[in-house]
Amino acid sequence: MADTSSPVVLGLPETTVVPDGIPALTEQTRTEVREIIARYPRSRSALLPMLHLVQSVQGYVSPAGIALCAEELELTKAEVAAVATFYTMYRRKPAGTYHVGVCTNTLCAVLGGDAIFATLKEHTGLTHNETSADGTISLEHLECNAACDYAPVMMVNWEFYDNQTPQSARALVDALQAGNPPAPTRGPSTLSTFTQISRVLAGFNDGLGQQGPTAGTPTLVGLALAKERGDVAPAYPTPADAPETES
Amino acid sequence: MVFTPVLSAHWDESDSFTIEGYTRNRGYEALTKALAMAPDDLIAMVKDSGLRGRGGAGFPTGMKWGFIPQGPEGQGAKPHYLVVNADESEPGTCKDTPFMMANPHALVEGVIIASYAIRASHAFIYVRGEIVHVIRRVQEAVAQAYAAGHLGTDIHGSGYSLDVVVHAGAGAYICGEETALLDSLEGYRGQPRLRPPFPATHGLYACPTVVNNVESIASVPSIVLGGAQWFSSMGTEKSKGYTLYSLSGHVNKPGQYEAPLGITLRQLLDLTGGMRAGRTLKFWTPGGSSTPLLTADHLDVPLDYEGVMAAGSMLGTKALQCFDDTTCVLRAILRWTEFYAHESCGKCTPCREGTYWMVQILERLENGTGTEADIVTLLDTCDNIFGRAFCALADGAVSPIVSGVKYFREEFTQHLTSGGCPFDPVASTVFSGVPA
Repeated sequence: MADTSSPVVLGLPETTVVPDGIPALTEQTRTEVREIIARYPRSRSALLPMLHLVQSVQGYVSPAGIALCAEELELTKAEVAAVATFYTMYRRKPAGTYHVGVCTNTLCAVLGGDAIFATLKEHTGLTHNETSADGTISLEHLECNAACDYAPVMMVNWEFYDNQTPQSARALVDALQAGNPPAPTRGPSTLSTFTQISRVLAGFNDGLGQQGPTAGTPTLVGLALAKERGDVAPAYPTPADAPETES
Repeated sequence: MVFTPVLSAHWDESDSFTIEGYTRNRGYEALTKALAMAPDDLIAMVKDSGLRGRGGAGFPTGMKWGFIPQGPEGQGAKPHYLVVNADESEPGTCKDTPFMMANPHALVEGVIIASYAIRASHAFIYVRGEIVHVIRRVQEAVAQAYAAGHLGTDIHGSGYSLDVVVHAGAGAYICGEETALLDSLEGYRGQPRLRPPFPATHGLYACPTVVNNVESIASVPSIVLGGAQWFSSMGTEKSKGYTLYSLSGHVNKPGQYEAPLGITLRQLLDLTGGMRAGRTLKFWTPGGSSTPLLTADHLDVPLDYEGVMAAGSMLGTKALQCFDDTTCVLRAILRWTEFYAHESCGKCTPCREGTYWMVQILERLENGTGTEADIVTLLDTCDNIFGRAFCALADGAVSPIVSGVKYFREEFTQHLTSGGCPFDPVASTVFSGVPA
């Protein structure tokens, strides 16, 4: 009790060592973390986008990233780590430049997702949640990614690659490994890296939203069929009664 | 009219996701009209329209808004929040994602009107993180709305101010549950809260909060423009309006079909080319994997809240996943159960432990090493999970199992007697018959 020279240290052990090839978090990261915090009525709400920001620098949620978030939010590192380990998008080891996901939830699995994932495991020699030695790709099987009308679906860096087959999946991975990624089916004209898209998830828009189609074919089949049949919703009661524009 | 495109009416225009495209099609007209109305009149209008939550539960949207305490005392005096649940993750559900990609401004306009009605000055759009292009489109729509003066301080001179934050999730199905979503938005692990108190009084930061699904909020501008009667002229007696039906699986034309509530799967299949050639419908979900399975005997069930309930399932998210006779129902159920085990947040013991054990039992049954007693144990486990957890994830987890055994018990037995799965997984793929 009398000895106050060695205070009890809570949280994870200090880890300041940044692994080879992983960029360090900088003062700019800290500045951006504070920008994120400023968006919210209460600071802790910023934690999820802050962790995405850490991934945008380092490709994963590093001990240094946890420490930074804890410091800025006045939380313990254990509190931050408890959150970071709850969510599957936060990676505990660096993701590849291209993070490849195959939907193996029931519908995609039955329609071919299981075969695609098996093919890619064999083709790349990687297992679930593993990154290639050269850091180019990482592989993961996914839960439903809300594109069931495009099944079987793959995601690369959380961009849609719709209607895949084992052959197309192999070709896609080959192109990624060759550094020549094809554009997503419904997304920007060029595929961003894992760290680049992580910035978007942190709330820093990259301006690429104006690229790409409004929708793919399955999204539009219902509208096309309605038009073909001459089906329309009832007209608004008094179209001429458009409200006066206020100054 | 079988189909009634409202939300999807302009998706085929190349700039439908821009403010120019949206404004050209009467976008933000409803906002002008709404800001000239009293907030309580807006709530009454949405109540009168009969709009019910499109995220699965079907709770009347206007009533939810009406629960928000107003006035200078107690909870009413605290800040109010609108939170849009755009964490679309229910297996089979794929409507909000293409919607936000094609027409994010309808969501933004709905957010402004709803926030004005409930007197919120802060709104959040919580989008699942795994759909980055959708997040871009929503971020840019919000930025465009700010630039046009639809958001920010003193919107169009009305004296009303609103800020909207687009918040990306990080991969957790449970965050689609509204109280887990709120915990997640507060920067915690996404774990459901015990209710009551409900979010209407103690939601985000323990303040009055409305949590609404994307499609519900995006339907609001059309109600404001067309009026409550216009909206309720579509649909059935207790399920009003139009909605998006998402057809997927072994069908010839998977996709989004916007129709009044009450259409049947038979109508949809008849008009869209049906199941793939030479195959018949074996089982389907009316609204995602958490809604009990239905079979070909249920093709004429009206797909509205009451009709599907009467057939022993739930309308859910109108995610019509159709599986044909090449599909092993045990494999389908096992995979869904693995999903629920993976996504169980771990808070409630029946769900955390129960889903784990159900996977073990289903694996045995599927690979032919189980016994008849396993089926009994499985159903008994379901009994001990259903209704015994904080949130609906647990109830959803038992839905495919209980309904699967109910309709396909023979197939369970067949796996035991034949010592394995009698189905060829290749035959159920979309590329069956194509050389590898």
